[in-house]
Amino acid sequence: MTGQQGPAGVIPPRRKSKLHVPAASSRPGQVPDFSQLHIPPAGDASKPGLDVAALDTAALAHGLIRVLDDDGAATGEWQPDLSPQQLRDGLRHMLHVRAYDDRMFRMQRQGKLSFYMKCSGEEAVAVAQAMALESGDMLFPTYRQQGLLFVRGRSVVDMMCHCISNAGDNLKGRQMPVFYSWKEGNFFSISGNLATQYSQAVGWAMASAYKGEDHIAAAWVGDGSTAEADVHNAMLFAATYKAPVILNVVNNQWAISTPQSFASTGTTFAARGLGFNLPSVRVDGNDFLAVYAVTRWAAERARQGFGPTFVEHLSYRAAGHSTSDNPDGYRASGEAEAWPLGDPVQRLKQHLLRLGEWSEQQHSELEQELAAAVARDWKEAITHGTLEEGPHWPVESMFEDVFKEMPEHLVRQRRKVGEQL
Amino acid sequence: MTAMTMVQAINSALDCTMARDPNVLVMGEDVGFFGGVFRCTEGLYEKYGAHRALDTPIAEGGIVGAAIGMGVNGLRPVVEMQFADYIYPAIDQIISELARLRHRSGGEFWAPVVVRAPCGGGIRGGQTHSQSPEGIFTHVCGLKTVMPSNPYDAKGLLISAIEDDDPVIFFEPKRIYNGPFYGHDSSTGAVGWSSHPAGEVPEEHYRIPLGKANVLRAGSAVTVLTYGTMVHVAQAAVEACGIDAELIDLRSLLPLDLDTVAASVSKTGRCVVIHEATRTSGYGAELIAEVQEECFWHLRAPIERVTGWDTPYPHAFEWEYFPSQRRIIEALERTLAFD
Ligand SMILES: Cc1ncc(C[n+]2csc(CCOP(=O)(O)OP(=O)(O)O)c2C)c(N)n1
Ligand SMILES: [Mg+2]
Repeated sequence: MTGQQGPAGVIPPRRKSKLHVPAASSRPGQVPDFSQLHIPPAGDASKPGLDVAALDTAALAHGLIRVLDDDGAATGEWQPDLSPQQLRDGLRHMLHVRAYDDRMFRMQRQGKLSFYMKCSGEEAVAVAQAMALESGDMLFPTYRQQGLLFVRGRSVVDMMCHCISNAGDNLKGRQMPVFYSWKEGNFFSISGNLATQYSQAVGWAMASAYKGEDHIAAAWVGDGSTAEADVHNAMLFAATYKAPVILNVVNNQWAISTPQSFASTGTTFAARGLGFNLPSVRVDGNDFLAVYAVTRWAAERARQGFGPTFVEHLSYRAAGHSTSDNPDGYRASGEAEAWPLGDPVQRLKQHLLRLGEWSEQQHSELEQELAAAVARDWKEAITHGTLEEGPHWPVESMFEDVFKEMPEHLVRQRRKVGEQL
Repeated sequence: MTAMTMVQAINSALDCTMARDPNVLVMGEDVGFFGGVFRCTEGLYEKYGAHRALDTPIAEGGIVGAAIGMGVNGLRPVVEMQFADYIYPAIDQIISELARLRHRSGGEFWAPVVVRAPCGGGIRGGQTHSQSPEGIFTHVCGLKTVMPSNPYDAKGLLISAIEDDDPVIFFEPKRIYNGPFYGHDSSTGAVGWSSHPAGEVPEEHYRIPLGKANVLRAGSAVTVLTYGTMVHVAQAAVEACGIDAELIDLRSLLPLDLDTVAASVSKTGRCVVIHEATRTSGYGAELIAEVQEECFWHLRAPIERVTGWDTPYPHAFEWEYFPSQRRIIEALERTLAFD
């Protein structure tokens, strides 16, 4: 009998490992280097018809759709039809998200929240996409698309109440902060388990098509989460049934400490869609106009029966992964500044300034207005209770909604908790 | 001996086994360059290289599947699942493959994989950073399931798990990574491991056998069976109420040290089972069944069970959910009230 391995402790001679382990864009102490990243000029990418075949999107999947050039001018076939007012709305939403993130992050640092996650540097993705979709379209986000809620008009006080699990929390104190759910706004309950929403979005879209409706679904995952089997399942189901869905990958370069190279396999994320015969494009995720245009196009394709589109948004996670994370432990400080696609807020602002539709003064007034609004909202939110002091939902409410109707064993457990209080 | 936290003891166990056996590697999300989100693999990347402190894509099913293949081909992968709550995408590879490979191949193939996972609540982690899924794994034939309660045990048990030729699911209660925890309503308060006897850990390689419980406190009135974080909460509860309980830290759930358990319950005639995990079909149910089969004629009271409730782990109501000293004391008093 031959065993498959030697006994532990016997050290066989070993040659140098040939195992390839991908590298990071930078590690602490290094100079950030994105020189490997090919950034084509704005306006270069062509815009195909709605009925494009997956094969014919290969150049778009390996390339990069950009509308705003380095001077803030819009150029090329992908220029969207957006009025100055719509552009200003977009800027306002992005700044609102930023003001909210800043406030909530600080409140977490003061112990008022157990946890928080910012989306700094990627605000354009959720904001432009929500503006490009219809209100009846169903959103299946991750924890980093809070921008969707701002565009759809969710009350900021309600969002805060959720984050501090108080009596005003629509999730009844059950979820960690930022795992929002908002049925009224067609915003699906965010899961802590990565990527599960991706195939669920496809199923939602399949049901829409099944019922002959025009609503489409949109789903998001991060670069790291594309590794999960759920993403592959979603892509196959979407392609098989030509489901009316937009499958987005937000490639913000990092998955906690792990660089995107551990999931991208040395090519673009968009390129993965081609293997599933999905029309696939890669877009400058910090270019508000490009993200908007791509989303309109993909939504129109879905609505007209041409099926799913796979979209990679090239962006950068400028902040830490969450309040539990310090990125200085795994990437060079200053990487965000070295990111070649800049900051989405600055770029849209630059565009509006160039159009003569915005001024520095308006910009700083808007920032102040939003900071004040968020501060006011916080004050109001805590009138509904705080995380540590309450009031919360009644403790016994945790036994509700496990099932539609409470089974006997939960009734008994609830009674015991009630006796303890 | 050195004062170590549980994180440092786990790190030391990995270091000792990697130093002795070049086939041992650690793999998982953020375990390489960064050293793990809980720091358990810190320094291994620098010491053993990127291929032995292997960062992986975020694909738990892929991680365990690959670990099985590596194990079959002579390596000893120690997989880290970032949270026990994120094992589920790997469940098919663990239950259908890892656990049964030896049996289904007539003993031809096996994979000596360890799956480490931080588990348990008490950190305001909400429903996806607080679960205690050990009962799912003890229900599967072919897996060993371990949960240490202190740094000394963590190191010795992890070394045994890594050197074991069978797959081991190794749960690490994250609430006690950096110090023992006596329950939210405890007056004892939290202190670090440096002032706890089990925080003294040898630097060198040593084993604690899987399947051996630890009698932490001898007593005659009632037997308390528990593991993980609840060991400390139970200990504080026993001290607080002055009941002469015999406190047993199971350490290894499967194999279970039934001899130690049965000897104790036969002596005391009473038993309280405590775990953080949800109640219905939890590991406590198995323990109670074993105890009543082995000790029926010695029992003088119904066996009590103190557990988490049968709901997802709530963010806001952590301390109403987490089994408290008070709930433990009430259970002890109820068993003693029987004559
Ligand atoms: C199934 C599962 N595995 C692991 C985790 C832990 N985790 C939370 S976020 C994260 C990184 C995700 O990175 P990415 O998909 O790139 O999204 P980003 O955070 O960059 O937006 C990990 C590993 C989880 N939540 N769920
Ligand atoms: Mg990412």
